[in-house]
Parts: sequence; structure tokens; C-alpha cells
Amino acid sequence: MSMTHVLDQKNKTAGYEAEGTAAAASRSVYETKQLNLWYGANHALKNIELDIKENEVTAIIGPSGCGKSTYLKTLNRMVELVPSVKTSGQILYRGRNIFDKDYGVEELRTRVGMVFQKPNPFPKSIYDNIAYGPRIHGIKNKKILDEIVEKSLRGAAIWDEVKDRLNENAYSVSGGQQQRICIARALAIEPDVILMDEPTSALDPISTLKIEELVQELKKDYSIIIVTHNMQQAARISDKTAFFLNGEVIEYDKTDTIFSNPSDKRTEDYISGRFG
Amino acid sequence: MIAQSKGKKNKQFVEKLIPFILFLIASVSVLTTIGIMLTLIVETITFFTRVSITEFIFGTTWLPFSNKEAQYGILPLIVGTLKVTLIAILVAVPIGISAAIYLSDYASENVRRVLKPMLEVLAGIPTIVYGFFALTFVTPVLQGFFPDIKIFNAISPGIVVGIMIIPMIASLSEDAMSSVPKSIREGALAMGSTKFEVAWKITVPAAMSGIVASVVLAVSRAIGETMIVSLAAGSTPRFDGDFTGSIQTMTAYIVQVSKGDAGYGTTIYYSIYAVGFTLFIFTMLMNIAANYVSKRFREEY
Repeated sequence: MSMTHVLDQKNKTAGYEAEGTAAAASRSVYETKQLNLWYGANHALKNIELDIKENEVTAIIGPSGCGKSTYLKTLNRMVELVPSVKTSGQILYRGRNIFDKDYGVEELRTRVGMVFQKPNPFPKSIYDNIAYGPRIHGIKNKKILDEIVEKSLRGAAIWDEVKDRLNENAYSVSGGQQQRICIARALAIEPDVILMDEPTSALDPISTLKIEELVQELKKDYSIIIVTHNMQQAARISDKTAFFLNGEVIEYDKTDTIFSNPSDKRTEDYISGRFG
Repeated sequence: MIAQSKGKKNKQFVEKLIPFILFLIASVSVLTTIGIMLTLIVETITFFTRVSITEFIFGTTWLPFSNKEAQYGILPLIVGTLKVTLIAILVAVPIGISAAIYLSDYASENVRRVLKPMLEVLAGIPTIVYGFFALTFVTPVLQGFFPDIKIFNAISPGIVVGIMIIPMIASLSEDAMSSVPKSIREGALAMGSTKFEVAWKITVPAAMSGIVASVVLAVSRAIGETMIVSLAAGSTPRFDGDFTGSIQTMTAYIVQVSKGDAGYGTTIYYSIYAVGFTLFIFTMLMNIAANYVSKRFREEY
């Protein structure tokens, strides 16, 4: 074995280790820098600075109209569906500014899945709901699709409940099951991040519990950003919490810290239920 | 005071009378329909006492004005109607559905506000105007490209009937597509679909029942269309596959006889009822089909 080769080998190992430690210190998925957003003349987000880490659950809490959903929808640029939206500043997703002109919005949304407030499955069979994403991204092989459908439904902890009725309309199952089908649908395109916009607000307590357990399970493989109006939920499932108020980030810290020892008076007032 | 006036006998009497009057008025339309049906059936039966029903259904020659022996085989008229309808469908379905997709999934609110009423104006143009348009504009233009086309033909009125039913297809399909909830579209967009993928793979399938129903209704309108074909299609009943020469449709035959001098009680006079009855069966079947389709293909959401 030549000397250079050994050196190469060593360098590689060192590089790998360096990467390993960086991952342990947890890399950023999203870095938001000086983000401002206007709906017409309404200044909805003001100078947002947030750094969201990989493989964590980040909760966004705040009273109605504080901009938490708007911020979430900005992360996959769904907010642009609203006419008259203007933004300034940067959101770096994996180091690349999502507002760059040459950043394809379809590409971004393929990497960043989304689960909505009300379950919104497509009016198709359960199977076709899950297979939709892979299909539009070019997978036609029936065997591969079958595998993806099963894997995604298992991933969303709903396989056992629907495996015998994959050809039924997705609207024939309960609301909680529909929501997990929507999560499975998002998993089917193998995203990196999953955005959840109050995913349990339309669901009963048992379905809510199932989704919360699922979120804990999913964070092993995905980074999850969840908007919730339910503070207990944020406390139960998230690693970090951001408190939004009137379009500003008031406080962003470890969830334990936010709920036990908030540094801002307004955060304390909100989580102790004095307003909102 | 108020309680007293409520109790007044006059007022109570009027209250009881009103539903009765309204019932009578509502009955008028139903009774008229029944009356028309009865006339149609009675006169059709009279016709079949003179002409055998098998000759009528299976005969391939329609020669009511013949001096020697009149022949009443309706197939040439049905073929004429189908030629025009076929061309109308080929024109109207792609354009109408594309317009509906544009209006529901692409057009901004402002564009839609201008375009949709314009489409509906198109639906309000009198059919006689369309007829002149076919005869004096479309036919000469077609002849410029294909000199073989005669002055009366199936293509030109077919195209114009197609133009006439575009607003119907576009407007009804657009209604069906717009009623697909926004949340479903957003779900698809959030998965990295392009706008076209959302329209084609989500909106159109979800609205399929409404789209098909609009097409079937429009086709039934095309089958019953009269003025355009009377003006531009000619009056030659033909049992063949030629689209370039003069044809005659069922409706155009009825017009021809009605405005002519067929005397009351002649076989020709009764034949228009038999043709009218056939036409009625066609459009009724189309309407039943539209109903069935819109129930059968409903995608629930």
C-alpha cells in the first residue's frame, strides 16, 4: 500500500468524522434571515430570524393571526398562492435561498411535504392517493408503486387499518384516518422536511394522540415543523418551540425552556393562558 | 289590533286560495308537456297505419316527395343528424373543456370575471345568426381550402353547431371544476405538482361527472339544433359517409315540410310527427344518460 493512499484513506476518515460531529451538533434545514412578508399593505411577518435543525420537531405557537401559518406556508412557498403577497429577506433551505429565481418551486415542494389543517385527500382511492406523488415524479412500475404505497402507509401507522380497502375512496374512512392517509401521501415522495399546519385541530382526541405518537416516530427520519394552537401539544411533542406574536418571533428556544422558564414576559403570559 | 287583522276571514280565505292558484299555474306547464306528447304519439300512430314501422326504422331511402312511390326509411335523416353532431362534438369538446380548465385553474379572478359573461353572451346569439354565419362565412372559407366542398354540406354547419355548444360545455364544466375544493388542489400543489398536473390529474377527474353531463347535454342540444342545419346543410337525405355534400337532418326535414305545402292529412304531414318522435327519443335518451352519468361517476369529496 502506497503512502499517499494511506493518507487519502486517513483524510477520508477524518472528513467523515468531521461530518459526523457536525451532524451530532445537528445541521440546519432552514435558516431564515430577515424575512418580511406583506399581504398587500398588511405587514404579516416582520424580520423573522429562525434556525431550524435537522431531525427535530419544531413547534410554532402563538395566538390566531400571529403569522405562524403564514410562516409555515412560506417555507414551501405555498403562501404565493395568495395574490398580492410580497416577501423580502432570505430563507435558506439546505443552504440555498428558496426565493432564488432559478429555484423551481416544484423541486422545493418535492423535498418539503405538507400536511394541512383539515384532511384533504384527493377524491380517489386510498391507493391512488398515495401513488399520486410517485406517479407525477415518473414512477410507473406497478410493483414499485405497490411497495411505496405499503411503506408509506406503514410509515403513517395506518397500513393495518386500510390494507384491505386500498381501492375504496379515501373519503370513506374517518377524519383521523384521512389525516394519516395525507401524511402517508406526503411520505410517499420521500421528503426531507414535513410541514404540519395544525394537523390535529379537526380531529378527535384519540386520533390526535395517534398523530402525536406518529410525529415522534417520524422525527427519526424527517425534520418536522408543526404549527399548533394547542400549547400542551407543543409541549408534548416538540424539541424546540418558537413563539410568534403579531408577525414577530418573540422567543425561540428548547421547548422545556420555553414552557418552564421563558425569558420574555409575553411568552410567559401566553403560555400561562393570560391571552390568546 | 294585529291579532284581530290576522283573524279576519277575508285574509284566511286568500291564504287558502293562493296555493290553489299557484298549483293551477304550475300545472299548466306539465299539462302542456303531456298535451304535446299526446299529439306527437297520436299522429305518429296514424303515420304507422300508413307506413310500416320496419320500413321506417330500417329503410335506407327517404323519398317522401317521390311521384311514383314515396319511401320513408328514416336512416338517411338519422345519419345526417349524426354527421353534424359528430363534427360538432369534435369541435366543441376539446375547446370547451380546455376553456373550462383555463377558467377554473389558470385564469385570475379578473380574467374570469370578464371571460365567463362573454362566453354566456355567445350562448345567447340567435341560432339563425349562426346559420347565416355557417352559410355565408364558414362554407366559403372551407371551400377556399377544399374546393370539393359543396355550398351545402355537413362540415360547415357541424363546425358552427360546435361553436354554438362550446359555451354550454365550458360554462357547465367550469362550474363542476370550480366546485372542487381549493384544499384538494393545494394538497396536490404542495406535493410538487405543476399547475397542469393539478388540473389534469386532480381537478378534471374530480369533476368528471359534471364534465360528462355537460357534454351529453350539449350533444343533445346539437342533435336538436334546427336553424343552422336548415340554412347550411341542405335538403338531401343521404345514407352514406360523405360529409362534403348536401345532407338532411331530422330537424331540417321537419322545417322543410312545415314551411312547404304538404296538405293536412297527407302521409307527408304525418311523417313529420314520426320524425319528431324519433328526435324526441334521441334527446330523451341523451338526457337520461346525462343523469345516469352524473350519478355514476361522482367522485366524493
